[in-house]
Amino acid sequence: MAAMIARLTNGLSRRALGLLAALLAVLLAAPWIANDYLLTVLIVILYLAYTGQAWNIMMGFAGQLSLGHAIYAGLGAYIPAVLFTRYGIGPWVGFLAAIPIAALCGAIIGFLAFRFGVAGVYFAILTIAFAEFARIGFDHLTIVNASAGLFLPVAQLSHNDLWRLRGSPTMFYYVILAATVIALILSRLLLRSRMGYFWLAIREDEQAARAAGIDTFRYKMYAVMISAAVTSFAGVFYAFFYNNLFPEQVFNISRSIEMILGPIIGGIGTLFGPILGAFVLTGLAESVTSALAAFGVDLPGAKQIFYGICLLLVVVALPEGIWPWLARRLGVAERKR
Amino acid sequence: MGLGVYLNVAVAGVLTGLVYGLMALGLSVIFGVVRVVNFAHGEMMSIAMYIAVVLFSSFHLDPLVMLVPIAAVMFVFGYALQAGLINPFITRPEHSQFLLVVALAIIIVNALLIIFGPDARTVQTSYAYDSFEIGPVIVDASKAYAAAAAIVVTVALFAFFRFTLIGKAIRACADNYTGALVVGLNVNRLYALTFALGAACVGAAGTMMTLITDVTPALGPGYTLLAFVIVITGGLGSMPGALVGGVLIGLTEALAGLLFTPSAKSMFAFGILVLVLLFRPQGILGRRLT
Repeated sequence: MAAMIARLTNGLSRRALGLLAALLAVLLAAPWIANDYLLTVLIVILYLAYTGQAWNIMMGFAGQLSLGHAIYAGLGAYIPAVLFTRYGIGPWVGFLAAIPIAALCGAIIGFLAFRFGVAGVYFAILTIAFAEFARIGFDHLTIVNASAGLFLPVAQLSHNDLWRLRGSPTMFYYVILAATVIALILSRLLLRSRMGYFWLAIREDEQAARAAGIDTFRYKMYAVMISAAVTSFAGVFYAFFYNNLFPEQVFNISRSIEMILGPIIGGIGTLFGPILGAFVLTGLAESVTSALAAFGVDLPGAKQIFYGICLLLVVVALPEGIWPWLARRLGVAERKR
Repeated sequence: MGLGVYLNVAVAGVLTGLVYGLMALGLSVIFGVVRVVNFAHGEMMSIAMYIAVVLFSSFHLDPLVMLVPIAAVMFVFGYALQAGLINPFITRPEHSQFLLVVALAIIIVNALLIIFGPDARTVQTSYAYDSFEIGPVIVDASKAYAAAAAIVVTVALFAFFRFTLIGKAIRACADNYTGALVVGLNVNRLYALTFALGAACVGAAGTMMTLITDVTPALGPGYTLLAFVIVITGGLGSMPGALVGGVLIGLTEALAGLLFTPSAKSMFAFGILVLVLLFRPQGILGRRLT
């Protein structure tokens, strides 16, 4: 245990650890401080931080651009939801069923692409095509109620049942907080592993990586499958938190884009970038929405335009994202190894 | 259902496919030369569609008449976009360019949503319900005009690239960026010109598309995907490939809509994409990937 913690924190400055601990303390205390609205916003932020980290494993570490991550979250949402509503099987068992299916789905997409030299932007388009395929397919699949939507019995707010994921927003908050922390630890462990270094090599120069004897096909497949499996939990959370699933929403390309905005704005390939990005983006978007509401403006696309402009500004001005810049400012940038 | 029904639907599919082909041609031209993946392609098309709809509802200007003016507007838009925003990104990594254009796409879709609202708009021309009877086949007049216009624009574009000096210069840029610089071509200007041509293509396609379908702000992403599916199916960088891909996808969608359900038709387009990627990754008319 001590060895593992030492391995996790190795290379981090005391200052970085202190800031991280302070952040975690604030987040743990949040339900006592925040009102219901703020808690919901925090849940959305952590949800995006989690999915961002999951996506980051594939794009940030292994350099494979996926724009169809909604498919993994969608599978993770639908499989446990169907098992729960039709057979009364709890979400955690459903999650165990969703992991291999999401990973298999990632493996199929990865196999099709990597075997046949579909790379870069074409790969991204293939991932979109699969997500769209799933969206339309689920729209016609009767076992998931097709386009009419799948509804979970609404949670009893007074009684928290962690095993069946029925309960108050506070319970969901701690669930997604725990998931985000686990994803952060997992990301760091992966990045520090042998496989993590192989991924970085592939990301930087795939031909060179292959020349150095790395089985690039295999490690790219691992990246897709791990990323898909991690993403699937976000779907489980989504299904049991929102209690309704529509293929049109769950598999929509906007879901995939929302997932990737955080890590891009925060910093692709960094450990803390996806979390920072989720905070910055959702925080700003909520402020804009409330500011617009305060002025009595109700424009349905305003928030998305704001997302678009943020993305534009970050891509133009800070191509590496906010975190590398902020980390230098805070003096917590990791030493170059 | 007799054979006639299938034939009618197939012909309608091919005609729509020609307009798809023109749209995809714009994407193919931009990608083939500038090497930027224009992920705002469908969104640019919806801008053209809304221009056509507004011109029709306000001034009763027929989309067929407005084809060239709208294409010209989109030409200017495309030129400004490439020269102002995208050009500095030419040397950036692929995903960085991609995200820039995605941001642009998000802004366009939602700006259209705010300006025009979510409801569908239509162009009701006097010939909307006309049709030609050719033997057993009944051809929708709107679709026939749209397809004919698409063919004319396509031929003009082919001729431009084949026979004019600027067309030749653009092809030179596509073949060898450094070489084009060495012989003194103004590559940045030619890139902007190419992007403008691609935008004009999609502008023309969008104008024609208003004769065939309703216009909503949410159309953009779907058309972007469709354009990519067509271009990859037909062969990236191959101009005839874009047309062939367009016709193939148009035909597939029409027949799938008839045989299964119209709402599932794009599934079949994606199915074709997967098959092509599996068995002929370079596309139907594409050159071998290296």
